[in-house]
Amino acid sequence: MKVWQRNMTVYQKIWKINFLPPLLEPLFYLFAFGAGLGALVGSIMYEGSAISYIGYIAPALVSINIMYNAFFENTFASFVRMYYQKTFDAMLATPLSIEEIITGEIVWGATKSVIATAIMLLVISFFGIIHYPAGFLLLPLAFVGGMAFGSVAMFFTAIMPSIDSFNLPMFLFITPMFLFSGTFFPLENLPLWAQKAALIFPLTHLVKLCRAVGLGYLDARLLLNVLYLIVFCAVFFPLALHRMHKRLIK
Amino acid sequence: MEYVIEAENIRKSFGSLIAVDGISFNVRKGESFGLLGPNGAGKTTTIRMIYGFSPMTAGSLRIFGLDIGNDWRQIKGRIGICQQENSLDPDLSVQQNLEVFARYFDIPKKEAKERTRSLLRFISMEHRKDDRVTALSGGLMRRLVIARALINNPDLMILDEPTTGLDPQSRHQVWERLEELKSRGLTILLTTHYMEEAARLCDRLVIVDHGKILVEGKPGELIKRYVGREVMEVTEPSEELLRWVQSEKLEHENLGHRLIIYCKEGEELFRTISHRFCTGGCDLRLATLEDVFLKLTGRDLRE
Repeated sequence: MKVWQRNMTVYQKIWKINFLPPLLEPLFYLFAFGAGLGALVGSIMYEGSAISYIGYIAPALVSINIMYNAFFENTFASFVRMYYQKTFDAMLATPLSIEEIITGEIVWGATKSVIATAIMLLVISFFGIIHYPAGFLLLPLAFVGGMAFGSVAMFFTAIMPSIDSFNLPMFLFITPMFLFSGTFFPLENLPLWAQKAALIFPLTHLVKLCRAVGLGYLDARLLLNVLYLIVFCAVFFPLALHRMHKRLIK
Repeated sequence: MEYVIEAENIRKSFGSLIAVDGISFNVRKGESFGLLGPNGAGKTTTIRMIYGFSPMTAGSLRIFGLDIGNDWRQIKGRIGICQQENSLDPDLSVQQNLEVFARYFDIPKKEAKERTRSLLRFISMEHRKDDRVTALSGGLMRRLVIARALINNPDLMILDEPTTGLDPQSRHQVWERLEELKSRGLTILLTTHYMEEAARLCDRLVIVDHGKILVEGKPGELIKRYVGREVMEVTEPSEELLRWVQSEKLEHENLGHRLIIYCKEGEELFRTISHRFCTGGCDLRLATLEDVFLKLTGRDLRE
């Protein structure tokens, strides 16, 4: 779609800067947590076998990367386009509908997740911690995850009055997920109520999927996690469209 | 008679605020039509309804004979819109801005490139095609927005306050381009609060205030009908003059620091007044649309 293409054109212009964070950030985390914490933690039990800490957190870092890319793109970047640059206003002067514009934006957010995942995989595969060919499934997973997080991000963008207010969803939504979705430690370590609560987090499901796929443990039950992400997207996508319509068309 | 725009009794309210209160007008093909009025008159709101950005609260609107509610996509494909804000893409270069915009209209890549080239020539900006949009001056940005509005070879061009905020030289350059387009037969609808712009660019216009149309007609006719050919303007009128004007029952408008006297037989009255009362602040000048607005509402076009 044309809106997607516009964003892709911009990305191609500034890819050199955009290239680095998804490359370096997970490396930093891997090094700090993997090497640093890993020595303290030792190995973690996963699906009956012991896995190194680095191997345990690597797929989680992939998931977090997916989440951040889509979420940031469809909050900060989209908000700047909408509010400060008035890019959407200009697009609305063409035969594009607001629905098409927002869909293009969300799909672009998901695309960024896929690109970031591909870059990251390129690097961490050298550490041998991702199992192939199952590991390739991480790319379509990135798209699904990206769509889910992009949709909810766009929903926030539609309702936030100013760019500062984004601190709220970052703090109340993203950060708890970052910590408590089975990312850096198994959920089983938490009290039962917390484990159940974490199931609401889309990241929990994404991490589960990425970990299983990245370590080569494919299971039909994983489809439930995929389903969750799809439902999550199916809820927030129309919500985002609706609220955006309300915000821009007065 | 072929009408490009047929607006009938269009209304727009935001909650309890009525921004546009039953405006009706028609624009013929090849005509240059203006909405002139002060800030807050409802011009931008009206225009937003016309290009389908804002839904009407009531009324009927047909463009190219099509209904704005149902056939908006078709209509938008045939109009070019130059909004008040410079909504250019700061992430893209000058040339890219045009080419990317062309994509939204499904214009094939090769044709988009050609049109971009000829449009850049039209606005005399070919040498800046790779520049960042953020590096452009206000006047150049405006010209680029106009070029962008033409990328789809529109049959109707809508401009919302095209020269607001520009320095006089840039303003003239924009006017030159618009006059060129006008001479090529493009139908134009514009809003403005500059009477000079309206008088220069519009074949016909309506004067809008508080969401309603006050008068409609050709600029020259409106001036002649409501004000006359000339007016006399006195800066810092003396009390004596004011009393005299009232006693002579002369039509006038007291604006505090300025006094406008409407004189049908200009020359003689001017000589009388200036001889008796003026110490230098008196002018006999041609009447303008601003005087028409003043006469009709008792207020300045620009507060």
